[in-house]
Amino acid sequence: MDYKVMIGLEMHCEISETNTKVFSSAENSYKDIPNSNIRPVDMAFPGTLPVVNKEAVKMALKASMILGCQLPTHIYFERKNYYYPDLPKGYQITQETKPAPVGSYGLFKYECKGEEKTVRINNIHLEEDAASSDHYGSFSTINYNRAGVPLLELVTEPDFRSADEAVAFLETMRSIYQYADISEADSRKGQIRCDVNVSIMESDKDETDPKNWGTKVEIKNVNSFGGVREAINYEIDRQIELKESGKYDEMEQQTRRWDEDSMSTIFMRSKVDAIDYKYFVEPNIPKFKLSPEWLESIRAEIPELASERKAKYISQYGLSDYDATIIVKEKDISNFYEETVKLGADVKKAANWLTSVILGYLNKNEIEIKDIYLTPKMLFEIMDLVESGKISSKQSKEVLMHVLDDKKEPALLVKELGMEQISDDSTIREIVVKVLDEHPDLIEDHRKGKNTFDFFVGQVMKATRGKANPSLTAEIIREEIDKR
Amino acid sequence: MNYMSKSIVELHKLLKDGVVTSEDLIKESLEKSHFVQDEYNAFVTILDDAKGVPVTDDLLSGIPYGVKDNYSTKGVLSTGSSNTLRDYVPFFSATAILNLESHGAVMVNKTVMDEFGMGGTGTTGHTGIVLNPWDKKRMCAGSSAGSAAAVAAGVYPYATGSDTGDSIRKPAAYCGIVGYKPTYGMISRYGLFPYASSLDHCGVLTRSVEDAAIVVDAMKGIDKNDMTSWDSSNIKLYESLDTHAKGKLCYVKEICDINNYPHADEELRLHLENFMKVIDKCRAIGFEIEEVSVNQTLLNAIPAVYSVISYAEATSNMSNLTGIIFGPRSNKETYIEMMKDYRTKNFSPLIKRRFVIGSYVLQAQNKDRYFHNAQRVRRLLVDKWKELYKKYDAVILPVGTGPAKLFDGKQEMLDEVNAVLEEHLQIGNFGGFPSITIPSGFINGLPVGLNVTGNCYEDSKVLNIAATIEANLEYKNQLAKGGK
Repeated sequence: MDYKVMIGLEMHCEISETNTKVFSSAENSYKDIPNSNIRPVDMAFPGTLPVVNKEAVKMALKASMILGCQLPTHIYFERKNYYYPDLPKGYQITQETKPAPVGSYGLFKYECKGEEKTVRINNIHLEEDAASSDHYGSFSTINYNRAGVPLLELVTEPDFRSADEAVAFLETMRSIYQYADISEADSRKGQIRCDVNVSIMESDKDETDPKNWGTKVEIKNVNSFGGVREAINYEIDRQIELKESGKYDEMEQQTRRWDEDSMSTIFMRSKVDAIDYKYFVEPNIPKFKLSPEWLESIRAEIPELASERKAKYISQYGLSDYDATIIVKEKDISNFYEETVKLGADVKKAANWLTSVILGYLNKNEIEIKDIYLTPKMLFEIMDLVESGKISSKQSKEVLMHVLDDKKEPALLVKELGMEQISDDSTIREIVVKVLDEHPDLIEDHRKGKNTFDFFVGQVMKATRGKANPSLTAEIIREEIDKR
Repeated sequence: MNYMSKSIVELHKLLKDGVVTSEDLIKESLEKSHFVQDEYNAFVTILDDAKGVPVTDDLLSGIPYGVKDNYSTKGVLSTGSSNTLRDYVPFFSATAILNLESHGAVMVNKTVMDEFGMGGTGTTGHTGIVLNPWDKKRMCAGSSAGSAAAVAAGVYPYATGSDTGDSIRKPAAYCGIVGYKPTYGMISRYGLFPYASSLDHCGVLTRSVEDAAIVVDAMKGIDKNDMTSWDSSNIKLYESLDTHAKGKLCYVKEICDINNYPHADEELRLHLENFMKVIDKCRAIGFEIEEVSVNQTLLNAIPAVYSVISYAEATSNMSNLTGIIFGPRSNKETYIEMMKDYRTKNFSPLIKRRFVIGSYVLQAQNKDRYFHNAQRVRRLLVDKWKELYKKYDAVILPVGTGPAKLFDGKQEMLDEVNAVLEEHLQIGNFGGFPSITIPSGFINGLPVGLNVTGNCYEDSKVLNIAATIEANLEYKNQLAKGGK
């Protein structure tokens, strides 16, 4: 039997680029010291009140626009009530009921393995993150630094047909959050968390008829894209096995969690035990109207995104799809490239430097482009030294590696390494004349057709310790032989 | 000397003239606090180390006052009269208290209330019941019971209160003093322990409209910590106070007509008779007063609307009370047991009942029938009152069904119509209307009150009407007599 898979995603991404938290004046930044980034409201001390961070709303609206969602006319928030130690107020301020979310019903195109795919966005909404907790044997600790950090929750319809599609979508979204200066979207910092729902149906049935859909299984708290892929594939296999063994019909709608250690999904609760969150409108935040002017100004701030840059690199710069894809993958790398090009660098050569040398260095050392000493200006200088014949292209790679390792300016390194090429005609000519004078017999051999030319070049290089400009040297040797 | 029975303006003059010092006033107020504590049990905390402050041109400077115990006060025990917070000492003060401090006001005690403002009897605080200084066999009403008792007993000229249903305005009537809650958001709620956020108001209890104007002038102001607060800097209540106000008032037939109460007792009959006498007097001094009719079914819905909305908001607002971050922490093993144990042991039965109802009306299957319908009827009532304000400057109504109730009084059969008379002040909270209660007469030697409620932002108009009526009655600045 063949099966069709239906996958939906809930992607939570912390907004990291606001100065303060979403309903609190505490700083929104990652701090190593627990409980150092908090205001009374983050711990729900009696009498504290939420105050909406306009910047966070703006970023949420920006994301909604990029996703092609319908925008609300008014913004208001709701309370989602439940008890948990990491939720100091006993409720989370969020947006649930339409039309409250910052965006609903979008249609979004993304690319998976070179193919264009479409996913329906149910909604995207702004909410606050909970505190984080660590559990030890006999006790747990709570860190309220994360409590109140703005969080964007994006809910898709079950339009993904494979783990690859789901992960491709998540990667696209991560890139969008980075390019639009909404979030670093770094899963290592816990900024991205996903809930995945998976169901299977017989592939010959009509998928537009809900009667044919399988039983939905939600997998909570998958915290890396790799985890998403593995959890989906595990769950598909598990559900197919149930089908094949005739036990599928006994499976109830349920919530499971992804367990990294056993690489499996584990039963949490069945649908009948679903929590009633008793939503109601947050009374402490007045409903406010979105002005068309403000929305327009937000729309105007949407920068060029990865997909647009990639198209530009291919059609205008003539880069290969492969190189363009690599460069736009990380915003910082793409920005590095753009700046180098803006300084006047050759678009293809600059791309080549990045993909072949610089990215290799980053990968090898497991660092990011913002951590290296090399700037776009320095890369351009190195490229220019080659262009103007001051150093050879072989030397230029050596200079670059020294810039990275020694943290010194290229011009200084060229001097220190004694690499500056001799491109002065009279200096080279003087040496050439001397070499030719010493070997009249070899000039004869040359004229007879023997290859003695390389010997002359070698002698000049030896005399200049390799600094003579090779092409200029060859040219002068030819001229001087012809003169004789 | 008995300074604490004087008005704010009189005290200010005495201070400026050097007849008395701030230190003297505080000493007297503290002595009276201890007397009133012994007699009526009005305080949770008496600040025996309160110090005098320099007297400035500010009317409130150097004068002592009391604070209801649901205001967060830095470094001073703030319990909300609840066992859940019996050891809670905040590290920040409510904005309204900071505002009073900046005007030189000196806090001398924290007053007993019904637990977290829930209840209208003054009998549910964790430190015991508050007795009425006019008659110790009677209640003060609530929830601002201690504040009302202390002001009526002459501990100081004013104490802060809070009002979610009628918690300032009813105790004021029962204690023969003035109770004023301004338009919603005029005074910041930051630092006020919430009961039902969409209905909660800060306000004050005084012995004259003039004092109420002076105090609220100092308490009010837009606050960056409370998004529902608004800029009222153009409203100067004391400066614009006028005891020769004219205007058009109305009272509601269904509430004031004795024929509407088939089971009326002697007190109710006298109360309504007295109210109509005052109405005649108001006409005589130039007010135009009309009787209006409001749909009885709509009026009958008031108590249910109040219960559903306030209990629902309360369950959520008080979910932060888990004993984990503040309050006496339970020593149970798991966090669920800790929360359960703390809440079970420390909340009074009345609050628990309200939580159960609040939770019930918010459940997914009940929410539309109860919570959303209550909000719809709230809107209908507010619209009706707004319609009245198109034609009338204010609505004038009697407060309650008579004077303060006996503690051991027979549990009167509150028929629906009686309930409307008891609960109609809640309309002031539904609409956020400015609303003031002033004493309006005596029944069997006990004070009764009337209420003037106007449209939002028309606080000056409401106070001027009240001040004009007050000037033509004999109860301004009255103190509780007897207290036996």
